[in-house]
Amino acid sequence: MANKQCNQQKWLCRVWNRLKAPSPVWSLGGILLVGFVSGIIFWGGFNTAMEATNTEDFCISCHEMEENVYQEYKNTIHYSNRTGVRATCPDCHVPKEWTHKMIRKIKASNELYHKALGSIGTPEKFEAKRLQLAQNVWRSMKATDSRECRNCHDYDSMDFTAQGRRAVDLHSHGLEEGKTCIDCHKGIAHSMPDMRAIDPAIAPGNK
Amino acid sequence: MKPSVIVIHGLIIVAASLAARVYAEQPESLRGIENIDETSRITEMKHYQKDGVVITREYVQQPPLIPHKIDGYQITAKYNKCLTCHSWNNYKQSGATKISQTHFEDREKNVLANVSARRYFCVQCHVPQATAAPLVENTFKPIDAISGQQ
Repeated sequence: MANKQCNQQKWLCRVWNRLKAPSPVWSLGGILLVGFVSGIIFWGGFNTAMEATNTEDFCISCHEMEENVYQEYKNTIHYSNRTGVRATCPDCHVPKEWTHKMIRKIKASNELYHKALGSIGTPEKFEAKRLQLAQNVWRSMKATDSRECRNCHDYDSMDFTAQGRRAVDLHSHGLEEGKTCIDCHKGIAHSMPDMRAIDPAIAPGNK
Repeated sequence: MKPSVIVIHGLIIVAASLAARVYAEQPESLRGIENIDETSRITEMKHYQKDGVVITREYVQQPPLIPHKIDGYQITAKYNKCLTCHSWNNYKQSGATKISQTHFEDREKNVLANVSARRYFCVQCHVPQATAAPLVENTFKPIDAISGQQ
């Protein structure tokens, strides 16, 4: 056999021989076919599992989400509106492009970690961290130029004749100033945190 | 009084209340006389005025009306959405009317360092306008000094 021609130091020779004749039992076509089918099964299974974690039902299976931010979201325009066109949790919080989505899913292991720790497991703990959590989301949206908003809202297709006075004003000028959606539309889906540290004018209290 | 007088008075009262129950007036509402046992007419949903020009005031102390929709605007103990445009810090950039300095006074007329708690909840006084015709006609006219607002 060809194997006997290699001595031990020549690893390339052994690898090549293995590639040329992988198995005494299976044909090359058989191996390729099995590999092809199992590749489909595993890749499809991976993506099915990935998309299963990308649904609103999955997100609110954690009580931290279902009792806090989901209840707040139910009062907003993204939940119920005139046309019935909606955005659920992944539409705003998980990028749609494959690479960005994968990166976000890997970062989500941090969320699993804190779920195990119970970092926001009670309403009090959640409120204590609300500002930090909100700022995390705002920061990543600002960094991506509100990429997730633009999944549905296309600035270039906005009909300014259908918008109100303030929207026309601020959309045309604000965006020239380098602002992005999240700069003005904070609080569109969930309750605002205590913003006194950031803007003392928008909360009560005398400093 | 004689017992018979009392009995007669009692009978009159009973008869009157029975008659009142039979010929009781239907409850009258400003929408017109409705029978309680019938399904009432559906009134149209009122729509709030969309973003528009500033609404002129009808009397001097009137809290200005809100000329835009305020759906979903939160005013909580920690956050006031209205002030993100109408505070002194933000009004120039947003192009809004700034909150009046009277809103910084407490009830003893002390001026505070931030909006007073008695003026913090805007919608207790300021309201948006809906397309609702007045139910009762009235002939109110503003005083001459402010009736010529452009």
